[in-house]
Amino acid sequence: MKLRKVTAASAAVFALALTATACGGDDSDSGSSSSGGGEKIKIGIKYDQPGLGLKEPDGSFSGFDVDVATYVAKELGYEPNQIEWVETKSADRENALSRGDVKIIAATYSITDERKEKVDFAGPYLLAHQDLLVKSDSDITEATDLNDKKLCSVTGSTSAQNVKKDFAPKAQLSERGGYSECLSALQTGQVDALTTDDSILAGYAAQDQYKGKFKLAGLKLSNENYGIGVKKGDTETVNKVNDALEKMVSDGSWQKAVDENFGPANYKNEKAPEIGQIVQ
Amino acid sequence: MFDFLSDYDDPSLLGAFWVTVQLTVFSAIGSLIWGTLLAAMRVSPVPLMRGFGTAYVNIVRNIPLTVIIVFTSLGLADIFGVTMGAPDDFELKYFRLAVLGLVAYTAAFVCEAIRSGINTVPVGQAEAARALGLSFSQVLRLVVLPQAFRSVIGPLANVLIALTKNTTVAATIGVAEAALLMKEMIENEAQTLLIGAVFAFGFVVLTLPTGLILNWLSKRLAVKR
Repeated sequence: MKLRKVTAASAAVFALALTATACGGDDSDSGSSSSGGGEKIKIGIKYDQPGLGLKEPDGSFSGFDVDVATYVAKELGYEPNQIEWVETKSADRENALSRGDVKIIAATYSITDERKEKVDFAGPYLLAHQDLLVKSDSDITEATDLNDKKLCSVTGSTSAQNVKKDFAPKAQLSERGGYSECLSALQTGQVDALTTDDSILAGYAAQDQYKGKFKLAGLKLSNENYGIGVKKGDTETVNKVNDALEKMVSDGSWQKAVDENFGPANYKNEKAPEIGQIVQ
Repeated sequence: MFDFLSDYDDPSLLGAFWVTVQLTVFSAIGSLIWGTLLAAMRVSPVPLMRGFGTAYVNIVRNIPLTVIIVFTSLGLADIFGVTMGAPDDFELKYFRLAVLGLVAYTAAFVCEAIRSGINTVPVGQAEAARALGLSFSQVLRLVVLPQAFRSVIGPLANVLIALTKNTTVAATIGVAEAALLMKEMIENEAQTLLIGAVFAFGFVVLTLPTGLILNWLSKRLAVKR
């Protein structure tokens, strides 16, 4: 008797959980109605990456991703004041697009085959490489130097996985919650280098409090093709965004945005990638 | 559907959960010892020790575990240069730091569970033991604690299950346990829900038997009064 009650109760809970998930998955169309007018466009960015996507203490946003997204939004017919920025952390990006929470995502979103199964990409708009940020007096110049070094990166990130699998399986890798935590370890000498995409590193090195203390080692350890994520199947938006990106490169705004955001710190950007040209 | 799981071999799914088990076991042993000592302090006749025990429990159990774990890395390791005997082996160093943090935190809960067990032992027993000429530590060791432990296996099982799940916080300082592998998979695979379900299931596999066994044990060993 008691057992049957328990079974019934757990069945009820399970059914409830199922319906709840189903609800979450279904209403995906809201917010994706197209083109300008008086309405807003929701764009997903990162909030915590200086140089790419950063929420400033005063509530404004800065960074290369933000500049690119603003330009693209303008070409799609939205003024800057019609943009609503939404934070999309790495794990949320696919779901945010498929649910329709955001129209496009420009958040250091590398184009990979796994992700292409879930979302469509416009671009790429930047070719970044995994690199090292080291103290300005460091002598690391080659990838082969890394195996006896202490490195730091963000827990679970692609960069951390690359270190473990590919370039330096024997190196000591400290995985931490955020890049700022790695920077503090780099400053106190607990680690020799912080590793992730050079664009992100350049953004950190260009921050006022770190100017002159750190530099990029200039190693091209991997290729990361940043694309703009669009909901799967929305070819119309992909094409529009691609046109906007082409225009941004040809009228010089692209180079201007690169110089502004990554300026100091020995960062040599790749030239603007062609649309659809993915460097493996 | 689950074929991506076999792409991971450093650590593999089982390997990552094995680290979770190791974290749990070492932290459980450590916090049982330290928690028992704290409980002994809290019931001891020396005011200084009672004060220390009370202060420790009330401070530590009210600090979020994430803060404690991150402190062992950013505070102890980075600023104070604590290396836990492994200055050049990050894997070992952060594992030990995580165990240290988990022990410090969990011991506060173990202490309170044991203290409640001590309260179930009738005062007359301690008085009788003292009347026989036993010292405080003898009263505790020979008469009170053996009975106290047997009555708190249930509550301690709760603490152990909570500890098992709390080990996921160790991922924030880079210990390669289950939650860290989960972050890696989420980063690569774009299948959040499925991955979440796999790891949730893994933890149920770990904690459900723990609960059942300890529950059975607590019934078997309960002091019949």
